[in-house]
Amino acid sequence: MVFNFKLLNAGDTAWVLIAAALVLFMTPGLALFYGGMVRAKHVLGMLMQNFFSMGLISILWAVVGYSLAFGGTGKFIGNFEFAGLKDVATMFPMDPKGTVFFGALTIPPLVFMAYQMMFAVITPALITGAIADRMRFSAWVWFLGLWSILVYSPVAHWVFSPAGWLFHWGALDFAGGTVVHINAGIAALVLVVMLGKRTGWPQRPMPPHSLPLTMLGTGILWFGWFGFNAGSALHADGLAAQAFVNTNLAAAAAMLSWLAIERLHGGHATTLGAASGAVAGLVAITPCAGFVGGLAPILIGAIAGVACFFGIMLKNRFGFDDSLDVIGVHLVGGIVGSLLLGLFADKSVNAAGANGLFFGGGGALFGKQTVAVLATLVFSGVLTFVIAKVLDMVLTGGLRVSEEDEEAGLDLTQHSEVGYSLQNQ
Amino acid sequence: MKQVVAIIKPFKLDDVKAAVQELGVQGLTITEVQGYGRQRGHTEVYRGAEYTIDFVPKVKLEVVCEDSEAEGIALKIIDAARTGKIGDGKVWVTSVDSIWRIRTGEAGPDAL
Repeated sequence: MVFNFKLLNAGDTAWVLIAAALVLFMTPGLALFYGGMVRAKHVLGMLMQNFFSMGLISILWAVVGYSLAFGGTGKFIGNFEFAGLKDVATMFPMDPKGTVFFGALTIPPLVFMAYQMMFAVITPALITGAIADRMRFSAWVWFLGLWSILVYSPVAHWVFSPAGWLFHWGALDFAGGTVVHINAGIAALVLVVMLGKRTGWPQRPMPPHSLPLTMLGTGILWFGWFGFNAGSALHADGLAAQAFVNTNLAAAAAMLSWLAIERLHGGHATTLGAASGAVAGLVAITPCAGFVGGLAPILIGAIAGVACFFGIMLKNRFGFDDSLDVIGVHLVGGIVGSLLLGLFADKSVNAAGANGLFFGGGGALFGKQTVAVLATLVFSGVLTFVIAKVLDMVLTGGLRVSEEDEEAGLDLTQHSEVGYSLQNQ
Repeated sequence: MKQVVAIIKPFKLDDVKAAVQELGVQGLTITEVQGYGRQRGHTEVYRGAEYTIDFVPKVKLEVVCEDSEAEGIALKIIDAARTGKIGDGKVWVTSVDSIWRIRTGEAGPDAL
C-alpha cells in the first residue's frame, strides 16, 4: 500500500521519531539496570549482551526482521516483500482491516519501521537478566539473532500487524505485553532451565555490586517507556496523552505497592524494591496503555507490584536461577497486564479497542487475552528450547562458560576487560 | 622499639589521629581493611534474599615508636576510639627488631 505523503502530519511524525529514540534509549537503560545487579566481575558482560542487541538486531531488522513481522497478509508470519528495506520508503503493508490501521497512519513508513526496530532491539535484551554471569558471549550472539528472526518477528506479526491472527481476532496489546514481555519472559525461563544455575547459587551470596547504576537504569527505563507506550499511539494525539498518563500512574502505583508489601513482609523499604516495583508497573501497563482510562492504571500498577513481588519468589520455590528476576517481573507482570486488560479495557478511551468485563463487554475480551497469553507462552517457549538445544549441540563450547571462566568473570574471559580496574574482585 | 597496631571504626580515625598527634608521634600509616570479631557482620536484603556479610569495614593504623612510648600511645588510641559499643576494635603492641630511614640510611631510634 503506497503511502500518500499528502496525509503526512508533521506533529505525528516528529513525535514518533522522538518516541523511537526514547525506546532505543531503554536498552542502555536496561543494561545499567541489570549491570548494577550483577557482581563487579560480570558487569561488562551484562552491559555488552544488551548493547550488542542495538548492533545486531538493528541490522537484522532491516535485512529481514521487519519484513517477516509486517510484510504480506499471512496470519502467522510475514513474508520477504520488505526484505532489505525494499519499498519501505514509500510503502506500508497491505491492511486487511481496510484503512483502520496502516491506512490511518500519518507518518512515513520508514518512521514506523524505525519505531518497531527499537522494540525488536530491546525485547531479546530483556532475557539477559535471567541468564546473567554464565552464558558465552558467542553463544548469546547466535541465540540473539536466531531468536529475533524465528520468535520475535512471528509473534510481532500475530499481535502488531493487522494481518496477524491475534490482532485480527481482536486480542488487544497496545505496546507489547505479549510480544515483548511475555515473549521475552518465557524465553528467559526456558533458557535459565537449559543453562542451569550460576555456580554456587543459592548458597553463595551474590549481592548487587552497584545499586546506584540500577537506579539510574530504572530512571532511564521509566523515561524511555513514555516513548514505548505513548509512542504506540502512532499519533501525537489524545490517545498518546492517555497512554503517557497511564504509564506514569502505573509505574508510580506499582512502586508504592511493592515498597508497602516489602515493608509489611518484615523488611525495609529498599531502593532495589522501588526500582523493581516501578518496572513491574511499567511492564503491566504496556498492553493496557492505550485501552484503559480513569483510575484503572493505578489499580493495574498496584496489582502488578504485589504480583511481581511474589513472582520473584517462584525461583526459590522451584529452584531455577532467574538471576535478576526477568521471569518474576516481565513474565508475571506481562501476564498480569495482558489479563487485567480483559477486565479494565474501556472503549470510550479508544474506539479501536474493546470493553472488558468491568465495562460491559462480558468475558469475550478476557478469553481472547488468555488465548493470546497462552499462544505466546507455547510458541516462544518451544522455539526458544529448540534454538538453544541446537546451538548447544552445534557450537563448540556450548552455551555456557566453563566453571573456571565463570569464576574469573565474564568481563575478563569474554571481553578481555575489567569494569573497575582499582577494585578487588 | 615497638609497633602499635590498632583496628578501629573508620569514623573514629580523625579523633585517633588527633589524639596520637598530641603525644608528638611523628608518623603513622593507615589501611582500609575488612574483618570481624565478636561484632560479626551484618545482614543485607536484596529483593527479599538475605545475605550475611561477615566482613565489616575497619581502619588499621600502625605506629612505630620507642619502647617507653608504646603503652601511652596504645592507651591514647583506646581512649579516642572507644564508643562503648560492640565493634570498637583492638589495639596491640609488637616488638620491632630493626628500623632504617630509606632517605638517609639512619638506623634505630634515629630513624623514627
